[in-house]
Amino acid sequence: MTKNIMIVGVGGQGSLLASKLLGHLLLTQGYDVKVSEVHGMSQRGGSVVTYVRFGEKVYSPVIDKGEADFIVSFEKLEAARYVEYLKKDGRIVVNTQEIDPMPVITGAARYPEDLVGKMEGAGVQVDAMDCLSLAEEAGSAKAVNIVLMGRLSKYFDEIPAEKWRQAIRECVPEKYVELNLKAFALGRGE
Amino acid sequence: MRQLMLGNKALARGLYEAGCCVVSSYPGTPSTEVTEEAAKYDEIYCEWAPNEKVAMEVAFGASLAGKRSFCGMKHVGLNVAADPLYTCSYTGVNAGMVICVADDAGMHSSQNEQDSRHHAIASKVPMLEPSDSSEAYRFAKLAFEISERFDTPVIIKMCTRVAHSQSVVETGGRVVPETIPYEKNIAKYVMMPGNAIRRHPVVEERMRKLVEYAETSELNCVEMGDTAFGIVTSSTSYQYVKEVFGGKASVLKLGMVNPLPEKLILDFAAKVQRLVVVEELDPIIENHCRRLGLEVTGKDVLPIEGEFSQNLIAKKLGQAVPEGRKLDEAIPGRPPVMCAGCPHRGLFYTLAKNKCTVLGDIGCYTLGAVAPLSAMEMTLCMGASISATHGFNKALGAEGERRTVAVIGDSTFMHSGMTGLANIAYNQSNSTVVILDNSITGMTGHQQNPTTGYDIKGDPAGKIDLEALCRAMGFSRVVVVDPYDLAECDRVVKEELAAAEPSVIISRRPCALLKYVKRNPPLKVEKDKCVGCKSCMRLGCPAISIRDGKAVIDTTLCVGCGVCQQMCKFDALQDG
Repeated sequence: MTKNIMIVGVGGQGSLLASKLLGHLLLTQGYDVKVSEVHGMSQRGGSVVTYVRFGEKVYSPVIDKGEADFIVSFEKLEAARYVEYLKKDGRIVVNTQEIDPMPVITGAARYPEDLVGKMEGAGVQVDAMDCLSLAEEAGSAKAVNIVLMGRLSKYFDEIPAEKWRQAIRECVPEKYVELNLKAFALGRGE
Repeated sequence: MRQLMLGNKALARGLYEAGCCVVSSYPGTPSTEVTEEAAKYDEIYCEWAPNEKVAMEVAFGASLAGKRSFCGMKHVGLNVAADPLYTCSYTGVNAGMVICVADDAGMHSSQNEQDSRHHAIASKVPMLEPSDSSEAYRFAKLAFEISERFDTPVIIKMCTRVAHSQSVVETGGRVVPETIPYEKNIAKYVMMPGNAIRRHPVVEERMRKLVEYAETSELNCVEMGDTAFGIVTSSTSYQYVKEVFGGKASVLKLGMVNPLPEKLILDFAAKVQRLVVVEELDPIIENHCRRLGLEVTGKDVLPIEGEFSQNLIAKKLGQAVPEGRKLDEAIPGRPPVMCAGCPHRGLFYTLAKNKCTVLGDIGCYTLGAVAPLSAMEMTLCMGASISATHGFNKALGAEGERRTVAVIGDSTFMHSGMTGLANIAYNQSNSTVVILDNSITGMTGHQQNPTTGYDIKGDPAGKIDLEALCRAMGFSRVVVVDPYDLAECDRVVKEELAAAEPSVIISRRPCALLKYVKRNPPLKVEKDKCVGCKSCMRLGCPAISIRDGKAVIDTTLCVGCGVCQQMCKFDALQDG
């Protein structure tokens, strides 16, 4: 059975490292893996989506509506934007940070209130946490991606935490390994 | 070795293993990484050319000299390179020559959604179409063999989903074939009418042989399953079809989309109850099936526009699709924006303030068209800003010349802006051209270009002096401004629009995302001084927002460029 993880956020938030880590980890676990990324124009502060799919044999590189087991979101509004991609029993892991999109900055739209409450109201399982503070605690605001991966790892009983840590060591430049391992632990709540 | 690889990286690996020696490309999403990855192999000479036409001619020259060569580009880049393509189809090659073109169905990062297969058909050049990274790798190697066997350039067509998806690849080692000695052959390589007339029948004969090859090639394969549906497909559409149907349909997967086989398709059609063609963009395989006299479902149910996905194909072919959850909430869009500290912002603010008519070009700065700046009114293709401004001004005379400005980036100017500038110098319109020189090719992810002084590997290279170039073309008014200085930008724009001769304004400051650019500490808002007038918001900087009636700076984004400080009459924005 193919499992589907969507990573969503704002261009420039570091989703490419998160998908690199996941892809590497899942491949070493013996799965067939496909990862689909967006490059170019959308990276300039726009809404970005990365799809990670794994299983015995994966065909499509993209995740469609109603198919995601997990949505990992770097930002609250982006989590809400992709809710319809979630399976009925899927789960959203979300950083509670709010980043105003341009229509909100210019006053053409409002940033919706209580999005976590509204998503839960719609029957979605939401795991919300302030990843930015935890990333800063680990030593860099840029480590939000690894904090989120730490949180996500709790939902994968079949992959021991040590395998995740090993993947971090293998995917991150050496001088940032300690910082990212700390971010991972904070994300897991260890 | 088994690795997860981006489609573009896998293609580059294929080039490497096939012994490719010369690579020349112009960056363009979603093709860029093929050449970036190829440049990581020291055994391959790689370069960024000023444009795709030059790149293809370089690759042709290397092939002529007897070494396997490659050039890569996005779909619209192939239009620029169409001139050499259509004629090197006639000359053929010496050593193998492979061209990669990457289409962008869904227009993730493009100005149109053209289907490059038309170029392959029109130029009579074979085209291969991989459906994942492993095929991108294998097809790259095979493409060189086909090129040499049939004496033709070969195109590999990628699309965004194949180029920018990672999947598993088993790699091998590099084998460099011996250099094929160059031999003078005027009848083959000098395409003047007398020779070209003799080459055209050779091209037609080659196409007939390639059709024969397509009938039995490993590139095209049949996967029989249930026979209620027989689906002919290629590229990423194949993956969606397999996702939806698995073994519950028979599939003819075409890895070679020009020329298309005939007997293979007819035989397949005879074995299935309903023939369906699933292809993104134009109905090329479908029309081919119809010409073979087959009844076929295709664009009557599937769209011509946009990308496909598994749900779209399932829905259109009467299969069940999963249901998700709905959130009853208006979610504001998040379009791409100019980055905080982007040097283009100050210049666009100035042009908007002066109510200029701005004819633009292709690059990050196309975002100057987005609210609140809304300071660009036309974007067509690479280089069109300058030539269209000349035309606009010729049509309207002084009335146009007083307010119309062409805006073009440094890399785009090198690509195809210079010829437009030559036209202004030669045919004399009093036009004003702004070159946004951010010292890099920004949009595609920071590639060097002829104005930066560095080559593809980051080593020192030749550097074209923009001021000297413009002066040499006959422009006596060439002014350099710092776009972070709003008052200076305003003065220069007013002066050059009023001047009685054409001028070039070079707005110069490196891209704020470049690693070597020093960031200032984020600015601070003095709450007591901020009156909430929102003047700073007119810049459309993503680092500034209003909370409870006061400006707030996002310290993770702000680079302290200080442009917003110049907007504030109340001194509320302070150095951090």
